[in-house]
Amino acid sequence: MTISEERSTEVTGAASGHPHKARGLSWTQRPGIFSQNIITAAVVAILGYVLGHWFGNYLSSGYDYIQNSGQNNIANTLALAFGVVGWLLGIGALNYPFAKLFGVDGLEEESPVDNWTKYFRYSLDHKVVGLQYVVGVLLFLFTGGLLAMAVRAELLNPTTHLFSPDTYIKIVSEHGTIMMMMMTSVIVGPLGNYFVPLMIGARRMAFPRIEALSFWIFTAGFMVIFSALPYGGFPTGWTGYAPLQTQAGPGMVSYLLGFAVIGVGMILAGFNQAVTIINYRAPGMTWSRVPIFVWSILATAALLTLATPVLFAGGLFGLLDKTVQTAFYVTEHGGSSYLWENLFWFFGHPEVYIMALPGFGIAAEILPVFTRRPLFAYKVAAAGMIGVALLSFFVWQHHLFQSGINPDMRPLFMLTTELISIPTGFIFLVGMGTLYRAKIRLEIPMLFVLALFFNFLIGGVTGVFLSDVPVNVTVHGGFFVLSHFHYTIMGGLLFAFMAGLYFWLPKMTGKMMNKKIGKIHFWMMFVFFNLTFFPMFIIGLLGQPRRVFSYATNLQGLNDFSSVSAFLLGLSFLVFFYNLIWSMWIKPEIAPANPWESMGLEWQTASPIPPYNFERIPVIMTDPYRYSEDGAPAFADLGNGGPSDSSTHSMA
Amino acid sequence: MTNQSTNSTGQVHHLRRMTIIWVVLSVVGDVLFSIFVAPHVPPGRLSETAANNQNTFNVLMEMAIPVLLGVWVYLSYSLIVWGDKRNASAAFSGAAARTNKTAQVSWIVITSVTILFLAAYGSFAVITEHGSGGGEGPNPAWAPAGALKAETAALVGKATWSPGSKNVLPVQVIGQQWKFTYRYPTFGGFESPQLIVPADTTIAFNVTSLDVIHSFWAYQLDVKADANPGVNDVAFTETKNPGNFIVRCSELCGIWHGSMYNSGKVESQADFENWATTTEAANAANTALLPAFAWTYTPDANGADGGYYNDTNDPYSTVETYGSKQPS
Repeated sequence: MTISEERSTEVTGAASGHPHKARGLSWTQRPGIFSQNIITAAVVAILGYVLGHWFGNYLSSGYDYIQNSGQNNIANTLALAFGVVGWLLGIGALNYPFAKLFGVDGLEEESPVDNWTKYFRYSLDHKVVGLQYVVGVLLFLFTGGLLAMAVRAELLNPTTHLFSPDTYIKIVSEHGTIMMMMMTSVIVGPLGNYFVPLMIGARRMAFPRIEALSFWIFTAGFMVIFSALPYGGFPTGWTGYAPLQTQAGPGMVSYLLGFAVIGVGMILAGFNQAVTIINYRAPGMTWSRVPIFVWSILATAALLTLATPVLFAGGLFGLLDKTVQTAFYVTEHGGSSYLWENLFWFFGHPEVYIMALPGFGIAAEILPVFTRRPLFAYKVAAAGMIGVALLSFFVWQHHLFQSGINPDMRPLFMLTTELISIPTGFIFLVGMGTLYRAKIRLEIPMLFVLALFFNFLIGGVTGVFLSDVPVNVTVHGGFFVLSHFHYTIMGGLLFAFMAGLYFWLPKMTGKMMNKKIGKIHFWMMFVFFNLTFFPMFIIGLLGQPRRVFSYATNLQGLNDFSSVSAFLLGLSFLVFFYNLIWSMWIKPEIAPANPWESMGLEWQTASPIPPYNFERIPVIMTDPYRYSEDGAPAFADLGNGGPSDSSTHSMA
Repeated sequence: MTNQSTNSTGQVHHLRRMTIIWVVLSVVGDVLFSIFVAPHVPPGRLSETAANNQNTFNVLMEMAIPVLLGVWVYLSYSLIVWGDKRNASAAFSGAAARTNKTAQVSWIVITSVTILFLAAYGSFAVITEHGSGGGEGPNPAWAPAGALKAETAALVGKATWSPGSKNVLPVQVIGQQWKFTYRYPTFGGFESPQLIVPADTTIAFNVTSLDVIHSFWAYQLDVKADANPGVNDVAFTETKNPGNFIVRCSELCGIWHGSMYNSGKVESQADFENWATTTEAANAANTALLPAFAWTYTPDANGADGGYYNDTNDPYSTVETYGSKQPS
């Protein structure tokens, strides 16, 4: 018995039912609204907010940000921080630590009633958390998307303005920050939490409480960053450069604290994923048999765990500057604005790969299913992901090529940045190799994967242009960059997320997504994504800087074309939501247990998935992705009727 | 279709076919690009820097076109030939389908060689072209001949420039919310909202800020350097013919970032000298009120911190104004 097997079988005693059911109802475990749920969380969060605000004013009354402005950043910071703690307290995230601390029993978080209300509670089931994340991420995405529509509406005309410059810059900043925060979790959160345990043959994540905590911190972070708008917004864009940061109003506190809060959630999520993948693999799942999606999540988890603390520290410095007048980022008081730039991008560049790797993972995971042949160059794919993760820590200064630091370091960072395209290119080797002499089934997930290769290629090639210092002089800080990263993040990661949703929702919900509406959604999204962002390369080359509300009048044609395409791109998301509602509630079509005929472990378990995933821990028999191979053994022995060695895997 | 170009075992030479299509398309693409697009690639050729960077862009583009076409041809070919319904033969499977040493090794070698070439080419360009118009910070590593001497002389008011002198002309760019102004140390340090530079001259732009970070982007000259408070960021360019150019701020600097632009001019050397000496004389009274020419200035009271920090705690100046004395 291996270590991972022992650990995985620990919970078999509870496999048939709910772990806490047997202990009877405690005071927190009343049905309905009387137990802890999202409503109690909101109430306690508001109480925490009020308390924090009072406490901050008590500590520092008359200590205004700008004299007589009535804006006290200490009160704002403490209000938001207490609000976050209140949110976590109210949802029940702190019950268990308190119970252990005071030796009390019966403070368990989970509801005894196993119905739809569990999705609004603190749940330790990775499948519940996964679905919570799906909804959370989609809400996040939708908010950011609406802001993008507003940005494109403003840019319809170079001189007539829809918004005041103040409002416009708030919208731009909020759009960027919300999207960047959401994208860090868009795949690791929903699909990572849901499918990593299933794909490695585990019954749960290593730390279910940390998993639930990371989701509820994620939602708290969303509310904190959104609170910037009622506070008057922040004018810095998602990069938050000091000294503009120091100069900005109270909305900046929401940005700094929001990133810090989300950062904690990211660190916890990454840590949990890494531990789960390393320790909870089913017996027989050696490193060369781990599904490629799991490899990508492992590489992402390493980045989340190692890069995010730098952002956290950077945000903390900024908060200290804004509350107690330290001067980390203020040049004329002995600090340096370069400190923020470096801390931010030291996190920021690995973050870009946090947003790319899971997309590669999904693409490589889905390809063999719809090409009916093995994944080509599996080891190269895994090595590429680890290589990208490692190299991503050594490229951050390419964001600062024109900033005036270390001119002689530029060839070095040009080299490292271009080197990273070697392991990134592996995903194209893998993808193209897997298409070779395949039998391609153009189902919706496959369409999204092919679109990812199309989009990411453009994003990657333009990335090489950006890393070249002479070309960077022309394109840095302009629409070219903007288009480049939308091609990689939206064209890559978001298309992968859609592929993943269309692919896995049948397993998650037991219902198929409608194929016809799905096709409309795909083609709209693909065509209008390209029509929105491709003109931006040209707009950028023609000299339009980012985040401007007025531009040269001769660029109006291109900008209008891009804007109209963007509105239609926005419409494609409504088609997606329509498909989601149609297929899940209005006319649900029951999904077969394995609609795509996948060999993946997550499809082999029963449908709907039993509470602890597998009746017994599966034993992995061979390499993954042995499609169309005569005489190949099944990927896993699930012990339900097939040949098995049940002696070591008894059920309780 | 499947009957053509088969080998002895009846297997279609897919890769050979794809290669032929790819080579033909790439050649056509590259030729079309170099004839119809390359000469017009922004930002044009107003300065030596712009011309050099345009060349680099075009070289990268000539390399990018085959890469893009390679993947697109492969994807299209795959979808046409190996579609589920059209492809009668079974999917490729087994050990041979999982790894192919030749394919993997040649992929890694080809991408690595390309990347190393690009890095070497880019480094060569940025070093020999004096930073390619990008901000090199206070200690430019790749300054043109005579630039450092001119800079040192400018600080003490001893830099000279006259038509035909071939001297480097230092120009200071001061960014503040939300405008750029320019000081000419060679002409008594007068400050002007207009940026005019002489043709056929190496210009050293010394970019600094009075408040937040801006970025000086002289679009047609292809110069871009961040304006940081308290830092002198130097960028070089060599002007050629007279012409107009646009200056924009390319780093988000607050709510009016979008309207932080003006235009500049490259004039003939005689016209420039005429303008500079006239303006120097006309502005003399104002120049006397300005702080002595320096590479950086302490931000003014409405500057970076918006009055947040108590000025009496400031180790450098008691009165935070642009006109205050410099930290010694």
